[in-house]
Formats: sequence, C-alpha cells, structure tokens
Amino acid sequence: MDYARMKFYCDESRCIECDGCSVACAEAHELPTGISRRKVVTINEGIPGKEMSTSIACMHCTDAPCQQVCPVDCFYIREDGIVLHDKNKCIGCGYCLYACPFGAPQFPRDGAFGAKGAMDKCTMCAGGPLETNSEKERHLYGQNRIAEGKVPVCAAMCSTKALLVGDAESVSNVYRARVMARGGKGANSPYGWDKAYKNQ
Amino acid sequence: MSEIMSALNAKVGRRSFLKMAAVAGAFGATAGFASEKVTRAATEEEVKNPYPGSKLVKTICNVCSVGCGVVAEVHNGVWVRQEVAGDHPLSLGGHCCKGAGMIDMIRSDVRLKYPMEKVGGQWKRISWEDAYTKISTHLKAIREKHGPDASMFLGSAKMSNEQAYYLRKFAAFYGTNNIDHQARLCHSSTVTGVSNTFGYGAMTNQLGDIQNSKAVLIMGANPAVAHPVGFQHFLKAKERNNTKLIVVEPRFTKTAAKADMYVRLRSGTDIAFIYGMIHLILKNGWEDKQYLQDRVYGYEDVFKESEKWTPDVVSKVTGVSEEELFQVTKTFASTKPGCLVWTMGWTQHSIGTSNTRVGPILQMILGNMGVEGGGCNILRGHDNVQGASDMGCSSETLPGYYGLENPAWAHFSRVWKVEPDYIKSRFKAPEMMNKNGFTLARWSEGVMKNDAIYNAGTDLKALVVMGCGITSTAQLQEVKKGLDNIELLVITDPFINDAAILTDRKDNLFILPVATQFETSGSVTATGRNVQWRSKVVEPQYECKTDHDIMFELARRLGFYDEYTKALGDGKGKFEWPEDATREIARGIRSIGMGGHTPERLKKHQENWHMFEEVSIAGMGPMKGEYYGLPWPCWNETHSGSPILYNVNKPVSDGGMGFRLNWGVEKDGVSLLAGEGSAPIGSAIAKGHGPLTLELLEKAGATFSEEEKAIVAGKNFATDLSGILIKKGLALGLTPYGNGKARAKAWNFPDQIPMHREPIHSYSPEMAKAYPTYPDKKDHFRVDTKYISAQTRQDYTKEFPLIMITGRLVTHSGAGAETRASKHLAKLNPEMFVDIHPNTALNLGIRNGEMVWVYGVEGTRIHVKAKFSQTVDEKTVFLPFHYMGKFQGKDLSENYPVGTKPYATGESANTVVGYGYDIMTQIPETKTGLCRIEKA
Repeated sequence: MDYARMKFYCDESRCIECDGCSVACAEAHELPTGISRRKVVTINEGIPGKEMSTSIACMHCTDAPCQQVCPVDCFYIREDGIVLHDKNKCIGCGYCLYACPFGAPQFPRDGAFGAKGAMDKCTMCAGGPLETNSEKERHLYGQNRIAEGKVPVCAAMCSTKALLVGDAESVSNVYRARVMARGGKGANSPYGWDKAYKNQ
Repeated sequence: MSEIMSALNAKVGRRSFLKMAAVAGAFGATAGFASEKVTRAATEEEVKNPYPGSKLVKTICNVCSVGCGVVAEVHNGVWVRQEVAGDHPLSLGGHCCKGAGMIDMIRSDVRLKYPMEKVGGQWKRISWEDAYTKISTHLKAIREKHGPDASMFLGSAKMSNEQAYYLRKFAAFYGTNNIDHQARLCHSSTVTGVSNTFGYGAMTNQLGDIQNSKAVLIMGANPAVAHPVGFQHFLKAKERNNTKLIVVEPRFTKTAAKADMYVRLRSGTDIAFIYGMIHLILKNGWEDKQYLQDRVYGYEDVFKESEKWTPDVVSKVTGVSEEELFQVTKTFASTKPGCLVWTMGWTQHSIGTSNTRVGPILQMILGNMGVEGGGCNILRGHDNVQGASDMGCSSETLPGYYGLENPAWAHFSRVWKVEPDYIKSRFKAPEMMNKNGFTLARWSEGVMKNDAIYNAGTDLKALVVMGCGITSTAQLQEVKKGLDNIELLVITDPFINDAAILTDRKDNLFILPVATQFETSGSVTATGRNVQWRSKVVEPQYECKTDHDIMFELARRLGFYDEYTKALGDGKGKFEWPEDATREIARGIRSIGMGGHTPERLKKHQENWHMFEEVSIAGMGPMKGEYYGLPWPCWNETHSGSPILYNVNKPVSDGGMGFRLNWGVEKDGVSLLAGEGSAPIGSAIAKGHGPLTLELLEKAGATFSEEEKAIVAGKNFATDLSGILIKKGLALGLTPYGNGKARAKAWNFPDQIPMHREPIHSYSPEMAKAYPTYPDKKDHFRVDTKYISAQTRQDYTKEFPLIMITGRLVTHSGAGAETRASKHLAKLNPEMFVDIHPNTALNLGIRNGEMVWVYGVEGTRIHVKAKFSQTVDEKTVFLPFHYMGKFQGKDLSENYPVGTKPYATGESANTVVGYGYDIMTQIPETKTGLCRIEKA
C-alpha cells in the first residue's frame, strides 16, 4: 500500500508577499500574535531581477533534524511525512530551533524570567497527539483539517496559488508544468526541497 | 492535565500514533483512548467534522473590489472559522491576508459595541433611543433654521448596493445633494474621464480575461499589493500566454518585481509618456486606422498634439530614456491583444481626468478596445465602490449616473413612486436640485470657508458619516478643523472611525455602532461589474444596528419614512429587505443595465459558483447563457450580462455592444454615429444609431400594440420602467444605449484632448512654467478651488526638495480603521514609516529605523520612522496612508473611547499632502506632492 508523502512548495515566481498564508494560518488556529507558524519573507526588495518573495513554515522534512535532536523525544512523524510533536512533553529547550534549517519552531515568550513556553510550529493542519478534532486538540494545536479530509488553510487560501501542499508527486507535477510554461527558466528543483526532503 | 498524561502513557508509543494518524478519517483512529473514562469513542461525524451540525454560508469579502468569495462556517450562530471558497470563479479560493482575516471583523475585541456621545470632552455610553432622539432633533433644528443644504451625508463604498442606494435616496428625500462617498477619492476621475470617452466609466474587461492578453501595460497601479488575488490572473497570463507584463511606475513595486519590463518615470508625467508612445506609434504606422475611422471621434486632434512629443522631449519631461520609451511602445503596440491597467497612480492628480482619458485613447489607437484580452482594466478600490458609484452616492448625480438635471429627477420620482413636487418641496430651491453638492475631498470648506462657498447661503452645520474613512483625503489638518468646528457630527461604523479621534471637539459628537456586511445580506458589485450576492453570516453583534435600520429610523423621525419606502414591497411599509430594494434598483436603473439583477438570479449565481469558467466567466450546465455576476449592462431578466464592453464581435444578447451614443448624433458637422459595419453581430441596424425609443424601434421593424405605445411614448431605454423598449430592441439585436463613436475629444472638458500639466507641487519649477496647471476654478462643487495660484504661490522646491508619493500596503485597507483592528494584520505592519532611498537618507544624516519629521507644503509635519528602501529612487519618498492615531507628533490615544483603540496607530500620510484637486472631479492630488525630511 503506497502512502502519500506530503510536501509544501512555495513557487517564488508567484509569491507576492500578500501574507494570505500567514494570516490564514493564524486565524484558523487562533494563534497568539507572538507566534508566526508561517511567515513570508522578501529578499533583495527594490532590486530589479533579484527581488524574491517566499513563504516559509515547517517543511516536514525527511529525517527531520528537529526530531533527531529533541532530548525528550516529543516528536512523532506520520507515515505521510507530517512531523508533529507533543506540547506536553516539550520542555522548551530550543534545540529543535537550532537544528531546523527553516526556523520553524516558535516559542511563546510570556513566561516569567524570559522562560520559553512549549514549542509551537506548523502542523500542516494535522493537529497533535490529543483526540482528533476534540476541543483540547484544537486549543493546543489548532485545527485538524487533515482528519477532516481538507487541505491545509495556508495553501488553500494562497492568493496566487504560489503555495502548494499535498502529495509530493502531485506537487511536482504542478511545479513541472509551470516551469515548462515559463520556458524552462527557474530553479531545477523547488526552493528548499533539497534541504528538506533530500530528494526523497 | 493528568488525563492527558495518562492517555499518553508508555503503552501508546510512537508506532501506535503512526498507525492511527496515517489512517485519516477513519473513526477507529481514536480507539486507543476508548478505555479511558475521560473520552468516549468519537462518532464518525465528530472525527470528520469538529463542528457537527454547522452550516457553510457564502458571502463576499468586505475589503477590495476583486470580490473574493468567503465561506463562513457557522455553528450555533457563531462564526467559528473561515473555510476555503474554492468554487468561487473570480478568486478560486484565494485570499490575501485581509481576506483570510475577515473573521476578525466579527471577532475583534475593539468592535464598537454601543452608541456613544461625547459630552464635555468625555465619552458617554447612551441608548439607541437617546441617540436617535438627540440626533434627529438636532438635524431637524438645523434643517429648519438653515435649510437642508446645511447638512452633509458621507456614505459608503462598504455598504451593499441596496444600502448605498437608500443612502442616496435619503439625501434626496432630506433635500440636499450634499452626499458623497469614497469613490470621490479614488476613481471619481476614472468615472468622469472614461464615461466621457467611451460612454460608461467602468472597467471594460474582466480580471479572468487578462489571461487572454498577450501584453499588459500597468501604469499608476500596483495590483500585486492592492489586488493580490486578482493578480493571480496576471501571473497565470505570463505562464499560459507568455504575456509580457510592462510596468511604468515611479517605484519598483511588488508588481514591478514580477514584470518583464520595468521603466521608472517621474510621478505626474503619464500623459507625456503616453503621447510619446502615440508619437512613435504614428511614426511607425502601428495605429489601427480603420478602427479609428469607424468608431472614434476627434482623434485627429490627438494626433496633432502628439507631433510635438518627440522622444527627446518625452525623456526630458518624464525622466524615461528614449530607448526605454521605444522598447515599451514597440512591445505594447506589436503584441496584441494588449490591456491597460491603472488605479490611483493615474486618478489622484490635478489632471486625473485627463490621465484617465489618454489611456482609453491609446487603446483605441491600437485597436485594443472591445476585444478579449484588451481593454482598460481599471481596478477599483473598496469592495463595493463600483456599486456605490453605480448607486449614485455622489454629489453630482442620482443613482445610475442619470445626473442631476430635471429629467433625472422626473425619472426617479417615478421610480420612487412619489410626486415630483414632493421631492421639489424638500429642497431649499429648485435650482439646488440641479447643483452638484460638496465632495468628500473638500466638505470641510463648507465649515472653514478658506475658499468661497456656494451652499444655498448657508455653512455646513451637520455631518453624518456612514461607513466612510474620511481621513483618507489631502490636507488632513483642514479636515480636522472642519471636524472641530462643525455643529453636529454623527459617525456610524463597526470600528472607531479615525475622524472621531482626530477631532478635539468636546460635544455634539455621536458614535453609532453599525453591523458589518457579515451581519446583513445584500448585493455587491466587483470591479469587473459583476454583481454578487452576500448572505448573512451572523446576527448583528453587540448593540449594533444595520446601516439601513439607522436610515429607516432617522427617516421616521425626520418625517419622510412613508414616502421613502413607497417603492418597497406593498408600498405601505411592509417589505422584504434587501430583496425588495434589489428589485427597486433593477426596475429603476436602466441606464447602465441593472435591469437583469434580480435577487433570484443573483442568489442562483451564488449557489452555483462552481458552474462558471475561470477565464471567460461563462456559465455552464444550468448557468449556461449567463456570465458570472451578470456584469452590467445586463439589460433585462433574460440577458446574459456583458463581460467585455464595446465588443461588436458578439450579438447584444451575448453581451456585445458598440460605444454609447451619449453626446448627440453629430458635432461640428462630424457624425458621432458609429461607422458602417461596426455594429454588434446580428444588429438590425448595421451601423450607428441612437438610444432606443419608440420611433427608432418602429423604424427598425418592431411592432407595438396601442397599449404598449401608450406606455413607452416619450421614453427612452433608460427612462422606460416597463422594459418594453429594451425587450423589443434586444429581439432585433440592437444595443439599447445606441451605437456611437467614442470621443477622443471631449468638448465639455477644459482640456478637450488630454494635455500634460505639471502637478500643483511640481518637482521642477522649470517644467511648471512650461506646462502650467489650470486657471483657478470658481464654484467647483460649491467651493472655489485654486490651481495656478496654488502652483505659483511659491517655489516649493526650495524648502521641499523630495517628491512624495502615498500608496498602499497589502496588510491594510483605506484609512485602516478595520485592518488595524485585526491583531494579525496589525502585527505584520504595526508602524507608520517612510520609504527613503539609503543615499538620500544618509545624506540627510538619517539611519535606517530612526524617527524623522516629514514636512508638508502647507506647513504641517508628521513624525514617522525612516525605512531604507531601494524601491524608490533618490529623489522620491513613499508614505503608506493607512494610519491614524497620531497627529503632527501628538499621540491621540486618550481620544479613543475605552476598548476601541486599534492595535496599530500612527501618523496619517494625508496630514502632509498639500492643496491639489482634479479639475473635473476634485479628487485629491496625493500621488505627486513635495516634502522635506529631517532627522527627528
């Protein structure tokens, strides 16, 4: 039985930094303002030929480095590649943030003496270890849209369909079609994929 | 906590999670918890759906005119989350950050919750009864003592069509033309300029149609920031059609970053650039001669003017190199079809109405009008600014652009089912009925009278603002004086309107909490003239009332409710809102073809979002024969809607038409009728003809019964309420509004063909001498307005050496009252700033992130953060206009009533925008001013 391998891809030729994805995520999961599970960044702003925008969140990597370094083993990885973690095991040490090439782990900073709270990150809208679609899961991890059979909100609401999410093969097909339409210009592989998925 | 810990005990290890989680949707996934007492096996429904029994309500976003679909999931009367509106044919499920956060319109903690009155400088909570009594008593007193023109109503591009129409009607029944709305500030120059060229003043094609273009020329617009979801069509055009995106613009915007060609030009010199293009087009024979001959009047004068705009002259004026000018012209002229896109960068100038005419002229010269992939894609601003314009919420017209002359009043008296004498009796004098009222741009002059006013012998004593961010106009310091000194100020809004905190007044200021568009239903018109239906998501929150409830109650207390509602429902006060108002609009507004927009048809389109094609917006299956939203003109209940204006390659029944015959049949001996053969396919008259009348139709072969003749005698397509003329005309394939020539030369304009004139505050005194602005204008919307005397008052460049442009950020909208009230949007752009080039800043001793003062030409200044940016060149700075809450360095936080302060505040750019207004429409000149920057 073949399982899907879920991946994100942000097409930087289409990303216009509209921040639809980051706000869609924040609203859907009712995040506090200190947490940005998904961020949009623009580099080389104002420089013709170099300006580029892209949307970044947890990439749900193959051999996820966050999971490898966690001292309390609070991560678990689904068959379809989605990387999730248990906030009640997390001790807020921050090792996962050091290890992550994308800066995905976020830590609430409203504790006393600058203590960090439990790590929060993009769940690819797949919730957490608590009972699926329960009030508790929603409160701690946000919506579990994957369980509902729905698309993660960030990509679903992307204004220009720059951000795609889904089975790796489907996403690759969309990417390939766009590259061909653009006359073969652009990156050989989607930005960040070699770092995240090691072409697996 | 302990239950969770025990549920996650060592027995349930990672492998079990893997197995459970990977099988999405099967209720067995939670079987692992079944043994614990705190949980029970989830029902299949619960695992699939976190909100069992919820319903999905379809509505439309409340921010911009792309009109993205919004799907709201409502559970037990609470809006719990936004779902993906994947079926919506225009937005395809996409949202920008503002649309993705629409739920904050309901959820935001700083929503206005109850009516308030400022008494002795303190905000006091009052009851609705108290508010209504005080307001209506005061209004009545003012009206009795000073006449109806002592009041001004500012209504809204945020209301539904029905509400906007009823606000215009309210002003008429109150007895004044002092009514205006946001379109004044954004596209009033488009409506006037384009309608005086083509016949209708709206976007001519569709967003989806851009995917048919092979070249897109974007000037004075930044759709990647202002219309992000609409911009997906531009990006898809690049992929699908190898479309060339050309951006000609003073800043390297987000749109420019996606362009194939970017050319930087000095702001305010667009006409010179276009004439440069026309010059090269004629020199190389790239113009469409046949098209011009058949369908355009007065182009010879334009050709003559273009002779002197040689590339070197254009280069001197615009700052664009001759090579760049040639490259842009050659690409755009030889890549057809090509469409032209503009927004505020063209409209907000003292020559705005000439900018908005030169673009259409260019497109006609290239033969790009009335074709798929061509046209003028003028992107409107607010979600219903197109609708509010159509509903006539403006001081120079009644609904439907019928104008203010006596025939227009006669028509609407019939629509409103009241005697013409009754309406006449409401006005101070008959001539006041025909006089343009004050505008949103300069109403404060009605109070402060810096320039002379002509307002039926009275000042403005009362201002009633309903859903209008009135801080979005030039010379905010003057607006503040108006707000401080007017006798009565009433503001209605869902969030605190910045006008209420900008003013220092201590009394007679009322704030009424209004329900958002998610708390009511109605129709809304997107930028492509598509009319969409909004369904109510939740009941009005807190003590909020809807805009129409407020209008009806005020009408009751001011004594004209019965007449006001005569045209609704049974005519005796029993009606269905909004549907009966939608029907009234369809019955009465024939000029632009609203006759086909019945509530039933609009609701069916909402139900069937998924049945419309993306590019052509043509309906399929049960929706075949209709275009999405029935883009107006949708002449009657069986008409398809007209996605592409002025397209003679289609029959009228499928949305085809020529240009409007709006200015008579001939001028100075030249015919204004369309040439032989240039009529829509299947038209019984294969050339030009006038608007439909009984006589014209009989001549064309239509037969009328005696009864029908009696009904339509003396009427034309726009004034015939029975619809008979239109029906018989469509049967013969005739365009109801006639078939004429477009006008390159508009003889009712001070510049009959567009002419380049320097901005009031020009960067170059030498240029200002060579291309001076207009002579001063008297009684321009009831107030004398300066042009040449403002331009020549002083050499501004000595003290104000930098060009100043205002513009948009994607996270905020308009004056920002709603978006700054959303935590997530406020977080993304919390502070006001000025984009300044690093070289310019460092030469002024300013480091990145330091506070600076921006000084404006009228003696005002604002305290903002400097942000190094290479998007502007060294002589230009950019200010976003979305902030308020700080005025000339003074923090206004104490002015906010408790619990209403938005999450982000800052200076308003408009505090330093100087005196400059368009010659025809008075739109403020915000896109090309001057300023000075100093370290704070």
